[in-house]
Amino acid sequence: MPDTTSKITFSDNNSTFNSAGVQFIINPYDEIALSKAVELAEGGKGTVTVLHVGDASSEATIRKALAVGADEAVRVDAPARDAWFVANQIATYAKDQNFDLILTGRESIDYNGTQVPAFVAELLSIPSVSIAKKIDISDSSATVEREIEGGKEILTTSLPLVVGTAEGVAEAKIPNMRGIMTARTKPLNVIPAVEVASLSAIKSYETPAPRSTVKLIDKDNVAQLVELLHSEAKVI
Amino acid sequence: MSVLVYIENVEGTFKKSAFEAVSYAKAVADLAGQDIIALSIGQVEESELNKIGTYGVSNVVTVNTDQLGQFVNQAYASVIAEVAKSKNASTVILSNTFSGKGLAPRIAAKLSAALGAAATALPTVDGNKWQIKRTVFSSKAIATEELSADKRVISLSPNAFEVKENPVSVSVENFQPNVAGSDLSTVIKDIVRATDKVSLPEAEIVVSAGRGLKGPENWGMVEELAEILGAATACSKPVSDAGWRPHSEHVGQTGIAVSPNLYIAIGISGAIQHLAGVSASKTIVVINKDPEAPFFKVADYGIVGDAFEVIPQLIEAFKAYKNS
Repeated sequence: MPDTTSKITFSDNNSTFNSAGVQFIINPYDEIALSKAVELAEGGKGTVTVLHVGDASSEATIRKALAVGADEAVRVDAPARDAWFVANQIATYAKDQNFDLILTGRESIDYNGTQVPAFVAELLSIPSVSIAKKIDISDSSATVEREIEGGKEILTTSLPLVVGTAEGVAEAKIPNMRGIMTARTKPLNVIPAVEVASLSAIKSYETPAPRSTVKLIDKDNVAQLVELLHSEAKVI
Repeated sequence: MSVLVYIENVEGTFKKSAFEAVSYAKAVADLAGQDIIALSIGQVEESELNKIGTYGVSNVVTVNTDQLGQFVNQAYASVIAEVAKSKNASTVILSNTFSGKGLAPRIAAKLSAALGAAATALPTVDGNKWQIKRTVFSSKAIATEELSADKRVISLSPNAFEVKENPVSVSVENFQPNVAGSDLSTVIKDIVRATDKVSLPEAEIVVSAGRGLKGPENWGMVEELAEILGAATACSKPVSDAGWRPHSEHVGQTGIAVSPNLYIAIGISGAIQHLAGVSASKTIVVINKDPEAPFFKVADYGIVGDAFEVIPQLIEAFKAYKNS
C-alpha cells in the first residue's frame, strides 16, 4: 500500500497510479490481521501462514510478516489485479489446506473495497464477518463482534471462518531481533496464480476538486457561521 | 431484464440509506430502460413496506421466514441471488452499509456478476458496459470503474445520492426461498445499539472533537451541540486511543470514513489520517485555537478560537436558529 502520507498522482492520461517515489507499507488493517493470527497461534496452539499476491518486489515485506511471527509464507506470483482476482487466489490456495481461520484486513487503504473477505468466504462456502472489532476462538467456533450502524453485534459462528479485521482486534506486533533472524530461514513458497476472468477494471482516476479557501469567522460572531451554513452552504 | 434493489431494515424499520438505495435503483432502472423490483428480508410491517412506493417502486417482494429473522450474510446473499434469478434481474443494487459490505461480494460471486462497490453517483450505461464512480486512496482520488459482465451488483455509499419522491402504490408479493442449512451456521447473540444517538456512518451532520477538549469530562457540550443539530458525535484517533470515547466514534484512516453534509471539527489538528476519513464531507467547519492547524486548509469555514469559549456560543446560536 502507498504510505498514508503519500501524494497520490496518476499517469498515462490519468489511467494509471503513479508509484514512482511512493513509499510502500503493509496495509495497516492487514497488520492487525497478522498480529491477531500470531496471537491466536502463540504457545503452540496453531501455525500461521502468510499469503501475498504480488511480484518478487514484495519479498522484503513478506519477510517482515514472518519476523512478526508467521511460520511460513506463500507468494502467489502475479500482480494483485483486483479484489475478485486476489480472493480467487486466496480461496484456491486455502481450499486444500484445512485452515480454521482466514484473516484479512477489513479493506486496503488504496482501493478501499471491503470485498476480499466476503468473496473468499463465498468461494469456499463458509461464514464470514467483513468488519470485525473483536475475535475469540474456541475449539470449533468463533465469537465475533462486528460493527453495525450505531452499535455492535455479537455473533457466534462455526469454523472455518473468514474475518476482515478492523481496529480493536489486536495490537500491532513489532518484530523483535530473534524474529528478524529466524524470518530469514522460514519457508517462502512461490506458486503460480490461477486464471480468473476479469469482470471489472478501473478506467481512469480524477482528483477531487480542491475546496475553496477557508472562510474565517470571528470567534465572537458565531451567529454569522450559522447564517452561512443556512444560506450559503445550505446544510442546515 | 430487471433491476432488483435489496432494502435493509433495522428491527423492522427502513433507514434513510435504504430509501437512498431505492431512489438510486429507480433512477438506474430508468436509465437502463428496465423494470424495478424491491426486496425486503425479515419481519417488516405492511405500513413500512408501503413507504417504498414513495420513491417510485411498486413491485415489492418480501421474504419473511422464521429462519431469516436475523441477518446472516450467507443466507441473505443466497436469498437475494435466488430472487434475482427468479425475477430475471441483471442488476442488483443495495446500500453499502456494514451489512451490505458483507453481502455484495457474495451476491456478485453467486451471480457471476461484476461488483461495483461503494458507488457515489449514477452509473453510465452502454449495453453491458456500465461505469460507476467511487472514491479510492482513502478519498484522495475518484476512480471510474467499468463493470463488463452481463450482470452486476452495485452497492451505494450512504449520503451519496439524494432520495427522490415519486409516489406510486405498492403491491407486495411473498416469496418462499430455499435456504440451505449450511448457510445458517451463524447465530447472533446480542445487538447493542445506542438507540438515543444518531448513527455515525449515516449521519447528515457530524460533530467531532479531538484532544483540544482536554478530557472525557468535557464531552457534555459536544453532545449538547450534536443533539441540537440532530448530529452524530465523533472523535479523532488520539481521543479513542486514550479511552475518552469509544472506538466506534473514531473517524479517520483506520476508523470510520464519513460523508455527511456537514462535518464540524472541534479541537482536531487535522492529521492526514484523520482527513482521510472526512474529506468526502460536503461542508467542513473547523474550530481550533491554533490558526496554523492543518485542518483549516481543507475547511470551508473556520473559527480560530478556544473550544471552551466557542462551543457554548455555538450552542446558543444554533438554538436561536432552531427556534426562529
